[in-house]
Amino acid sequence: MNEIVDMGLVNWSRAQFALTAMYHWLFVPLTLGLSFIVAFMESIYVKTGNEEWKRMTKFWMTLFGINFAIGVATGIILEFQFGTNWSNYSWFVGDIFGAPLAIEGIMAFFLESTFIAVMFFGWNKVSKEFHLLSTWLVAFGSNISALWILVANAWMQYPAGMHFNPDTARNEMINFWDVLFSPVAINKFLHTVSSGFVLASVFVLGISAWFLLHKREVALFKKSMLVASIFGLVTSIFIIINGDSSAKLIARYQPMKFAAMEALYEGQSGADLKVFGIVSTEKHDSSLFNLPKVKYTVEIPKALSLLALNNANSFIPGIKELIHGDSVRNILPLQEKIRRGTLAREKLAALHNARANKDTATYLTLKGEFMDPAFQKNYFAYFGYSFIKDPHQIIPHISLTFYSFHIMVGLGFFFVILFILALWYLFSQTIDQKKKFLWLALLSIPLPYIASEAGWIVAEVGRQPWTIQDYLPTFASISKIDSSSVQITLFLFAILFTGLLIAEIKIMIKQIKMGPKDH
Amino acid sequence: MFNFVRKIFWFYVDGFRSMTVGRKLWIIILIKLFIMFGILKLFFFKDYLGSRFSSDEEKATYVIKELTK
Repeated sequence: MNEIVDMGLVNWSRAQFALTAMYHWLFVPLTLGLSFIVAFMESIYVKTGNEEWKRMTKFWMTLFGINFAIGVATGIILEFQFGTNWSNYSWFVGDIFGAPLAIEGIMAFFLESTFIAVMFFGWNKVSKEFHLLSTWLVAFGSNISALWILVANAWMQYPAGMHFNPDTARNEMINFWDVLFSPVAINKFLHTVSSGFVLASVFVLGISAWFLLHKREVALFKKSMLVASIFGLVTSIFIIINGDSSAKLIARYQPMKFAAMEALYEGQSGADLKVFGIVSTEKHDSSLFNLPKVKYTVEIPKALSLLALNNANSFIPGIKELIHGDSVRNILPLQEKIRRGTLAREKLAALHNARANKDTATYLTLKGEFMDPAFQKNYFAYFGYSFIKDPHQIIPHISLTFYSFHIMVGLGFFFVILFILALWYLFSQTIDQKKKFLWLALLSIPLPYIASEAGWIVAEVGRQPWTIQDYLPTFASISKIDSSSVQITLFLFAILFTGLLIAEIKIMIKQIKMGPKDH
Repeated sequence: MFNFVRKIFWFYVDGFRSMTVGRKLWIIILIKLFIMFGILKLFFFKDYLGSRFSSDEEKATYVIKELTK
């Protein structure tokens, strides 16, 4: 298959998916986090009866509504692409995505669509308590909707709970709970939604800072800051703890991604953690696959081993070991994985031919061998490697993965400091005098968007070339379509999404400048 | 039951009538959905396998051939 594959088509298809996913993700996290912040504010209003909290709730709810309306359904475009650009992949995935996405559709429809109407239209028409319940249900509904999409993504990173049917070439779900509760799925859900919580907290903090800088509604926006800072601090600390678990899972299940995140080319016992580095244009020699050198590094001794395996002296394989193997540490060389994957692929072809030729005896024998758990574990688990022709194909883009990871982590720690400072100044009642801090908070609004997008780059670029980890690479996943049609739709999407983003920013800014409405 | 449905209907109608910024958002949503489903999905995003094969068996045969050749 590799010989005839059009890499231009693969790259354009990847670019289109990346563009739409990243634009989609500009809208989603604010919805996830702001829905909870609004729910907290409304809860305080219902508890205290203080009308100022109601004004505040309504102000942030309007911004939530703008973001929700502009962002809604932008993710459907990703599903369009599956069927058109990635038909082999879509077919191969089988019914794995069916259940999660169907549940997502039902949840989104019933919880969000129904209760969001009560949220916006129900003031003074339903009881305070029912309105509050609706707000909370929207918050939970939107976050649980995200769960199902993230479960689908986690399955691609760590396929679980399925078996492959060689007759249909599709994966079939054998255990829904293994798909839903795989360690990667749980971690990914918590990490992703909490990134939305942090993003919304920085958003509320920054907008509130703007009001304080303009000395408008100072008392009200100090309260907003307080809610955002507490929520932001708790979730930004949580995301660091959860990020640590995420790193451990990546080290275990996606060691090549882990090596790329830290540009670890040669394995080390007691591996150092690079907290900073510049990926140079200078290259190593072919013994290290001509990978770019990383210069000006600042390292914490043994911290990478500690981070990955809770043991400061443990061995972390580098890209070299992951390609050449390490018999002492039971790391299979790439060539062996290719051999095993090729055997699985040849058996699938033989089985298919026997079936087509109605050679029942051969077909039954081959099918029995193919479905044997030992064959599945030792051979079919490497199916995707049969498409690999060159070691470079399994190395993710180093600088993109390395920088994205470090930007994400660096900003994660920055947010903790930002929220601590905000709370310190709020409790010492000096925040309105701290002009530099208020500007910092305002100018920080884009940063969690950058961190969040960087996180997705680590997750997705870092697992290249796989669409389904170890089972299917991108270049075996695509449809045979004209790459010019992918280019055209890519530019159409770019125009559509840019238009939506401009509309959102303009409407948001107008609404923010208007400020909270009077009673 | 009829009363309940009527109440919900008027709840939505009143809600839409009293919208301010929401009207602009609805226009954006409708334009967006039209572009997505009326143009992009209809003309640019045909189901590759669905438009070429009529049965699941044909689709499976095609994908197996693609993956094993």
